[in-house]
Amino acid sequence: MAHIELREVAHSYYANPKGETDYAIKRVHNQWEDGGAYALLGPSGCGKTTLLNIISGLITPSQGSVFYDGTDVTELPPEKRNIAQVFQFPVLYDTMSVFNNLAFPLRNRGIGESEVKNRVLEVAEILDLVPFLNKRAAGLAADAKQKISLGRGLVRSDVAAILFDEPLTVIDPHLKWNLRRKLKEVHEQLKLTLIYVTHDQVEALTFADQVMVMYEGELVQTGTPQELFENPTHKFVGYFIGSPGMNFIPCTLEGNMARIDGASVQLDDHTADLGNKTDGKLEIGIRPMYLEVHAGSVDGGIAARVRAVEDQGNFKIITLKLAGHILRARLPEDQAVPENEAWLRFPVQRTKLFSDGRLVK
Amino acid sequence: MDKWENNRAWFLVLPVFIIVAFSSILPIMTVVNYSLQDIWGPGQSVFVGTEWYEEMLANERLHDALWRQFLFSGLVLLIEMPLGILLALAMPKRGWGVSLCLVTISLPLLIPWNTIGTIWIIFTRPDIGLFGKAVNYFVEFDHTARPLDAWVTLMLMEVWHWTPLVALLAYAGLRAIPDAYYQAAKIDGASAWSTFWYIQLPKMRGVLTIAFLLRFMDSFLIYAEPFVLTGGGPGNSTTFLSIYLVKIALLQFDLGPGGAFSLIYFVIVLLFSYMFYQALQRVGRGEKV
Repeated sequence: MAHIELREVAHSYYANPKGETDYAIKRVHNQWEDGGAYALLGPSGCGKTTLLNIISGLITPSQGSVFYDGTDVTELPPEKRNIAQVFQFPVLYDTMSVFNNLAFPLRNRGIGESEVKNRVLEVAEILDLVPFLNKRAAGLAADAKQKISLGRGLVRSDVAAILFDEPLTVIDPHLKWNLRRKLKEVHEQLKLTLIYVTHDQVEALTFADQVMVMYEGELVQTGTPQELFENPTHKFVGYFIGSPGMNFIPCTLEGNMARIDGASVQLDDHTADLGNKTDGKLEIGIRPMYLEVHAGSVDGGIAARVRAVEDQGNFKIITLKLAGHILRARLPEDQAVPENEAWLRFPVQRTKLFSDGRLVK
Repeated sequence: MDKWENNRAWFLVLPVFIIVAFSSILPIMTVVNYSLQDIWGPGQSVFVGTEWYEEMLANERLHDALWRQFLFSGLVLLIEMPLGILLALAMPKRGWGVSLCLVTISLPLLIPWNTIGTIWIIFTRPDIGLFGKAVNYFVEFDHTARPLDAWVTLMLMEVWHWTPLVALLAYAGLRAIPDAYYQAAKIDGASAWSTFWYIQLPKMRGVLTIAFLLRFMDSFLIYAEPFVLTGGGPGNSTTFLSIYLVKIALLQFDLGPGGAFSLIYFVIVLLFSYMFYQALQRVGRGEKV
């Protein structure tokens, strides 16, 4: 187990990158604490896998360096870094038994047979693979195969970290849930450093203590799931996390009031002060669940038209149009939905101000 | 709704049936017909039952040709399979070198069989051939006089001609292995040999099975090369099954024995191909052969 640090890392797949767009990783400067469970969350193509491969050593970054426990390992190949990585699709040694698959990383490092046996049995126990140990790996179901891949990651007791690259993509939804819980248990038992790459926010939020959101080759925010939800520091985090994502409406500032065409929304004084000092493009942002929707005219309410209602079973999503902008609100199942016209209220504490896509705070 | 009974759809397989009939069934039945009769001339024949089969199965010269054939095919497979795999492993994986290698390596496959024989005859001739002349500085080498030299020349020809096919198939198999396997092997600390033995070789099994069967069948049916080189000699040393068959059927015009021989030959190829295929499938499933 180790503390992992990336210093000023950037990577381009081109030999001679010209502009910023040639970089898969623009600039990442970050630390992963020993024993933490991290999720690396972002849309497809944002550089998550590249970042993971830089940590494991499958890719040497164009710029910057990688440190394990303060030692520079940038130039070391993966087998010298003592790291484990699990890939999106199960990777098995088809001709070997499950036991030999699990033992493979240990035997390659010259570990004695009795130690190998102990470790393999221990890991097989954790992953419920004991009944399959003597079977050939090739004939098993997808989830068992992926468990073997996970097992090969877990079997070395001294790994610096285990990296997961969307490991549950090929698994059925109900087994997904099981495996994720299994991973969580393993983390609690063994206190390993885990870095888990995914584009699925539910997976990230349930698995990790700390979620890092990645967007176009940069880490835009790191925080607990709650922090990311309550205080997205970047517009992208706002609408990537939460379902549906945060509402954003372009606005101008007048004192502590945000003006949206004719209507005005009150902001807290501190935010408004800071907002007046920036000269970026301003937007207010609010989570659908915090947007108050009233059927009748209310004090400070802004009139909007109801466009659509989707009943999700335990809550409703209503789509509204306010001065040409589409907004979504999430209402409890039992609340009546206004028919045509609704009055919206933006609670001061929940209404955020963004300047050029970044939170004003 | 009632099921609409109409079996006219069977007519749709008729074209295939006709093609197969003319390409395989009729020619084979003609041979079967010959093999059961003694034919003196047009319209003069008599039914002889299994007599030709019995005669052919007891024929010493056929036995000799058969063992020669097994030795030849065995050597071909032993040399071409590993060599083809090695070539495939050594070929570049990306960049302009890929096309260059693929084209260069495929060149022997584009040359007609008997041209290959002619090329090698000249190449290995002790008086004017580059190879023959060079080798004769060190040891005596003459494929027209010495059986071993004829075999060496044939092997060289065969390996030069057909190893590229094995290499191309193996290369295709290698390229189809997802990168994640190599990445996982690196992470697991696998050596180059382990990567080959546990990833590359098992993943190439499908294409290698095809390569193996193709090379077995082709080398077992070899005709043009020994025919062009020495016509089966020196002595009978390169008289393989097909050379002997042609001698019986076309040179001596013994159609009956020739027909029986052909069918025995056909059954042997079919039987061995089937056995090899089954064995390779079992290896793939991890069962005992």
